[in-house]
Amino acid sequence: MFEIFGLPAQALFSQLLLGLINGSFYALLSLGLAVIFGMLNIINFSHGAQYMMGAFAAYLLLNGFDLPIPQFSQGPSASWLPAIVFKHIDPGLNYWWALILAPIIVGMTGIVIERLFLKHLRNLDPLYGLLLTFGLALVIQGLFQNVYGSSGLPYQVPNALREGRHLGFMYLPNYRAWVIVFSLLVCLTTWFAIERTRLGSYLRAATENPILVRAFGINVPRMITLTYGIGVGLAGLAGVMAAPIYNVSPLMGSDLIIVVFAVVVIGGMGSIMGAILTGFALGIVEGLTKVFFPEASNTVIFVIMAIVLLVRPAGLFGRTA
Amino acid sequence: MERVLKPALLSRRRETPRSLVVAFAATVMLLAVAPFVVYPVFLMKALCFALFACAFNLLIGYVGLLSFGHAMFFGWASYLAAHAAKVWALPPELAVVVGTATAAILGIIAGGLAIRRQGIYFAMITLALAQMMYFFALQAKFTGGEDGIQGVPRGRLFGLFDLSHEMTMYACILVVVLGGFLVIYRIINSPFGEVLKAIRENEPRTVSLGYKTERYKLVAFVLSATFAGLAGSLNALVFQLASLTDVHWTMSGDVVLMTLLGGLGTVFGPLIGAFVIVAMENYLAPFGQWVLVIQGAIFVVCVLVFRRGIVGEIAHGLRVQL
Repeated sequence: MFEIFGLPAQALFSQLLLGLINGSFYALLSLGLAVIFGMLNIINFSHGAQYMMGAFAAYLLLNGFDLPIPQFSQGPSASWLPAIVFKHIDPGLNYWWALILAPIIVGMTGIVIERLFLKHLRNLDPLYGLLLTFGLALVIQGLFQNVYGSSGLPYQVPNALREGRHLGFMYLPNYRAWVIVFSLLVCLTTWFAIERTRLGSYLRAATENPILVRAFGINVPRMITLTYGIGVGLAGLAGVMAAPIYNVSPLMGSDLIIVVFAVVVIGGMGSIMGAILTGFALGIVEGLTKVFFPEASNTVIFVIMAIVLLVRPAGLFGRTA
Repeated sequence: MERVLKPALLSRRRETPRSLVVAFAATVMLLAVAPFVVYPVFLMKALCFALFACAFNLLIGYVGLLSFGHAMFFGWASYLAAHAAKVWALPPELAVVVGTATAAILGIIAGGLAIRRQGIYFAMITLALAQMMYFFALQAKFTGGEDGIQGVPRGRLFGLFDLSHEMTMYACILVVVLGGFLVIYRIINSPFGEVLKAIRENEPRTVSLGYKTERYKLVAFVLSATFAGLAGSLNALVFQLASLTDVHWTMSGDVVLMTLLGGLGTVFGPLIGAFVIVAMENYLAPFGQWVLVIQGAIFVVCVLVFRRGIVGEIAHGLRVQL
């Protein structure tokens, strides 16, 4: 085994891999935040909770769940309150189904949230959007903690990706390779859809000037709703991919979202590609820090944020406000 | 666009509106009688949080800056105050000074970084910096990690008053918190405070009038951090404990909620909000995570239909300033 900077290459590369994995999640999440911010002009604080929902959706699709069904009793002794009967539902759908269904489910809840709440905040200070989504994040997290506790639930790596391969300098588990490749693919597809397609051009135009785009006969409110649904769906997708790596836990999103905020501040939300690149780059930096200076691995991204604010306040890819 | 706040009443009157004088007198009387009726430790906790929320309100209510990281000032002040009282064996008044000074220094650094961006970015930056300070607290030796600093001695105030008596401690907290409340009120209604409100209403125009708004924002941020630190130091003495809870982001969320529920930019709102939320957390504690759900729901309701907050609605209904 050869060494780099006095460290076994094995350790270096495995931390780099872990960094790339984290980086894929940072990229996917900050991408979603940037898409939502562009259209709705709010920062979606519940993004972490929705990422957690994605992971839980995968877990529940596989392991089943108890659906509460209200039952109205009949006859003379009928009470006004329905009795709650729990019906066990066991879809038994595996990882690959979850990869398709979970983002759709989470995206649908996002559409409901947009229609019910966020729609009413259009003309208010964007800070209210932040406060509202923060409240939603607390509600979602609290509900899941009530039902599933705070400890993690295990989720198996799908059978097809259980093996790994020796690359000569390190061991590469197939699932981790898959996460990196697939999230890169999703990021690039999203970038392509926004920057290179007709629908994306409507989206960018509506970001710049919604009134004018409406005048051209495009249903901007519906576009806003769908954008929120898709941004949130991306968070859900990240959650599904994270489930086999980290445990599925109600708390998995709350600390992550703060790091993602720092990533967004570093990259600036002006550009989609910027969000993707910053996400991956910071994941790698974090991984390297874990090798050379483990005590700082929790804080390195925040320190980088402070330095970027000093040197380039608008962020690396940001336009000046 | 509706702003975070209604435009300030640009009254030329020098004297304080009568509604505020009456409300303050009523508050003082209530708080003087309260410890004979309600558990004093609960009241002291609520008072510390009231001061914390007032400090936070100074920033959101009068400069329009939403800080999501005020737990770092509260928590780190409480760590340093606890450490000073326990390890350095300083008297309580000096321990509080040490804690408050820590928060002020942190405020200069965090504020200097955060005011480089506006609006939503400001909130995210303060949150991220606070998370960094949380990890520092988790890793530093003197903070005691998960255990925190326990068994902090309350000591004797000025060598005279034994603070281990609940009533003496309560009187002391009451005086300091009301003092802080009055100082914050004075700051808001000073010429300096008027410039802050101008920044809130229209920053570019304030710049064009020749004010160096960056400096004003930084001073306001440091003042807010300092008072948050004062609240944190007092809290450490009351509970004889400084722990990770005090620096966690949930604490930052709590103070935002208190101020929002009480009424952003109102004088008494943070006070009322703090009492309501502390009472709620107290009584709902046995119900586990439902507290989180209810807090979140309050956020949602406040933002959607109740943006003036409790005190704001009352003041609006009675057409007075509160």
